[in-house]
This record gives sequence, C-alpha cells and structure tokens, in this order.
Amino acid sequence: MSKFAYFSVLLGCLVGTAWLEIFLRTKVYRRTIRLILTILPVLVVFSIWDAYAIAQKHWTFDSRFVTGITTVANIPLDEILFFIVIPICAILSFEAVRSARNWEAGDEDSK
Amino acid sequence: MTYTQLTLLGVLIVVTLDMYVFRTKILKRKVFWVSYSIVIFFQLVTNGILTGFGIVEYNGDAIIGSSTAQDSPPAFIGDGRLVFAPIEDLLFGFCLVVLTLVLWVWLGRIGVQREPRSGPPRKSVERFLGAK
Repeated sequence: MSKFAYFSVLLGCLVGTAWLEIFLRTKVYRRTIRLILTILPVLVVFSIWDAYAIAQKHWTFDSRFVTGITTVANIPLDEILFFIVIPICAILSFEAVRSARNWEAGDEDSK
Repeated sequence: MTYTQLTLLGVLIVVTLDMYVFRTKILKRKVFWVSYSIVIFFQLVTNGILTGFGIVEYNGDAIIGSSTAQDSPPAFIGDGRLVFAPIEDLLFGFCLVVLTLVLWVWLGRIGVQREPRSGPPRKSVERFLGAK
C-alpha cells in the first residue's frame, strides 16, 4: 500500500474496461466531445456533493493511501479522478452491452 | 443532511431527470439494467478495496452503520455495510451512473456524436457473446 493505493484502483478500472473499446468496438473514447460533455456536469455535481460530505465529515481519506494532492474545497485529486473514471467505465459498460445485444437505448434517431 | 438522506434525495432527483426532465427513460430499458448489473458487481469489488483497506473511512453519524474503526476493517456484511462499504454507496453509485448515462443518451439524442455507433463486436469475441 502506498500513496497511490486509491490511484491504482482507478487505474485498474480504466485498464480493466479498455478491452471493451477494442473488442466490442464501443467507440466511446472516439466520441470524445460527447464523452467530455457528459463528464463535465457529472464532475461538477459530484464534486459539490463531495465537498459537502468532506466539510460535514461524512467521509475522510487516509493520508497514507491518497496522492496528497488536494484540489478545490479540500477534495483530494483522487476523488476528482474518480468522478471522471467511473463515468467512463459506466458508459463503456453500457455501450458494450449495446454492441453485444443490439438493444435500443433511445438515441438512435433524432426525435 | 446525513449521507443516507442525501443518497435518497439523489435517487429521487436522477429518476426525475431521467423520466420527466430529459425524458431519456433509460430506467425503462433492458440495456440499462443489464449494464448496471455489471457495473454493480465491479463497484462492490473496487469499493470493497477502498473501504476494506480504510482508504476511505466513514463517520457513523452520517450513515446507517457505525464509523470505520481505526485499527480494523469494517464488517464485510452487516452493520449497514455490504462488502465493507456503507450500503449508501450503492445509491451514490446509482446516482453517479444514472446521471452519466442520462446525459450520454440525451447528448446522442440531440445529435452530439450519435455516430459512430457502438459495435459490432470483433469476430474473435462474438462467439463468446452468444446469440443476439
């Protein structure tokens, strides 16, 4: 265990889902603008939640296991990365199931 | 507000966003529930690491269960926890995943990079996926 424990879990999430982009052709990373526009509001909303939870001491981070870099409102960098990595993993899973099963998701044509 | 209350409020908000605001209605689709089941499994694994090793610790005043102890891992199951993590984390994850997918589908619907669509899977994995 080290300062990169939390960071390593996130890295594991990215590495563990990367094969979906290659083998199921999810084309999520290729739709970069859509991906960024999805993540940005999520990042803002959940950072606010995180800032509140940290201020209210709902949760704390063991300083031995996080990078030690702190961003706005005492939010550890690791948490900011979490709110970027997990949405990517969720979208990859969603598009992977779509790729494998051809199920509709509601964005097939403009309404 | 406690973490418990916030997660319940969060669930209410994301369900409203999906059903009535963005009207993406992913919560009524098979593709959502199947992919979310996969996500939950991996959430339990990764969150189990974060909470079991005490990388993230919780305050008993904010959750159903008790505070993370300083010297021992939390309950694996029980005391308001599932795989070391407070059960509130499941709702937190639900909010995070639903908000993400609502925005993703909505952006596609209004024409932001609807193409290229996902799939088809590579031939090498297709036979492991079974019938379409």
